[in-house]
Amino acid sequence: MPAVKTMSYVLGLRCKECGHRTAATAVHVCEQCFGPYEVEYDYATMRGKVTRESIESGPLSLWRYRDLLPVDRPVTGFQSGMTPLRRADRLARYLGCKELWIKDDSCNYPTYSYKERVVSVAISKAVEFGFDTVGCASTGNLANSTAAHAAIAGIKCYVMIPHDLEQGKVLGSLIFGPRMVRIKGNYDDVNRLCTEIADKYGWAIVNVNLRPYYTEGAKTFGFEIAEQLGWKLPRHTVSPVAGGTILPKIYKAYQELIELGLVEDNAPRMYAAQAAGCNPVVKAIHAGQDLIEPQKPQTIAKSIAIGNPADGYYVWHTIKDSNGWGESATDGEIVEAIKLLAKTEGIWTEPAGGTTLACAIKLIESGRIPRDESICVCITGNGLKTVEVVQDHLPYPEVIHARLDEFDRLMAETEVCTQKSHSGALAEV
Amino acid sequence: MSVKVRIPAPLRTFTNGQDVIDASGSTMGQLLEDLKSKAPGIETRLFKGQTGQLNRFVNIYVNQEDIRFLQNLDTPVKEGDEVSIVAAIAGG
Repeated sequence: MPAVKTMSYVLGLRCKECGHRTAATAVHVCEQCFGPYEVEYDYATMRGKVTRESIESGPLSLWRYRDLLPVDRPVTGFQSGMTPLRRADRLARYLGCKELWIKDDSCNYPTYSYKERVVSVAISKAVEFGFDTVGCASTGNLANSTAAHAAIAGIKCYVMIPHDLEQGKVLGSLIFGPRMVRIKGNYDDVNRLCTEIADKYGWAIVNVNLRPYYTEGAKTFGFEIAEQLGWKLPRHTVSPVAGGTILPKIYKAYQELIELGLVEDNAPRMYAAQAAGCNPVVKAIHAGQDLIEPQKPQTIAKSIAIGNPADGYYVWHTIKDSNGWGESATDGEIVEAIKLLAKTEGIWTEPAGGTTLACAIKLIESGRIPRDESICVCITGNGLKTVEVVQDHLPYPEVIHARLDEFDRLMAETEVCTQKSHSGALAEV
Repeated sequence: MSVKVRIPAPLRTFTNGQDVIDASGSTMGQLLEDLKSKAPGIETRLFKGQTGQLNRFVNIYVNQEDIRFLQNLDTPVKEGDEVSIVAAIAGG
């Protein structure tokens, strides 16, 4: 591939561990220490050129932040990103806090998760590098997004997933026509195999050999929060943690905006949310040691069931550097939080989102997050893909004939219990 | 007695491009010692300095099981076992 001359501010790749530098190519592991490479930018040149105005005049998609992304020629994602940042006043009243925001990627386009962000960047980069085949190791959402964006870009796609994913996640990939491989084992098994596949087959596996670029896409979640808040940062941001990509990248986005003078530094704090059945990072945070012990996941929150998080170490340090904290939520608490978000704010999220809200509630109730400061809860996936987790927890209605007397009977019989289950504690909210 | 060790692409500069190396030893630690003699220099990537500890981003598997779920470098290995060295990757 001939080098493309562009206005890019990318300097190259730099190892997060040992600082070794290399050119921006399809490498992901430092040849010196095996650490992960990260994209390095020329912030000095950006200053004064990348401004609030330059961003605001960009497209209504994640590509409005292109100057801060490692892509020369986007090939997909033109409608991805710029999801709503919602002020959640009803939920805030219920939780007794003053300023609560929901960043809602459950409606991200086209496959309803935060993954559009990382995939748009990774696939654009794959095409730029001359790959004709992309792939991924996925717990579902990434597979959906990779398959859809590969279809948009018109390139071949292989998705590798654990064998026991929800139907919605499986069909949500297959419909786009990728070659799907279902693998016995959990995500960590799939992940290991994919690393070996990337080595052997020469494909662009978005979260393996394109990882330095892929992870940069996650920054757009943080850029949007800041811009949509009117170029301000929330004081507290609660993010789900699986492999550990998004949380440090939201923080990096905040820091880049501070560095460029686009937002004021309010010492933003980051908080990690994990399922109790898979919480290696939160355990390490509570233990006060940055050694992440891998776990065998056991949770309904399959999209974040990663027992051996590659970037767990960086999540730990982001939490520590920002004076944040971490919490985990049981399966029961996750389902309750999914229902609470739906009933108070009209947002149906998947278990990852339920986990994040459940953990945010714990952090607020324990006083870790003060009730009178601004809080942003990061919702990264859509509940329509995971109907299984709520189907036994909702009052499934009986069937009646189309007759008024039957309707009257039903109303009379169920008035009391309906009020309880549908309004209940939320009535005053 | 030999065990097949899968070498990831970034480490093949130490193995003349070979993706599988036969090594011997009765524990993972011994196996890696032997690997070191067959692929000099590889230890500088696998281990954190002279501490004897594996680098943070090096994951080692015996028959698809992460050695941290077994006995780390004391994990016993036997003829016919398959060992993989894998770099940690991003979530999904």
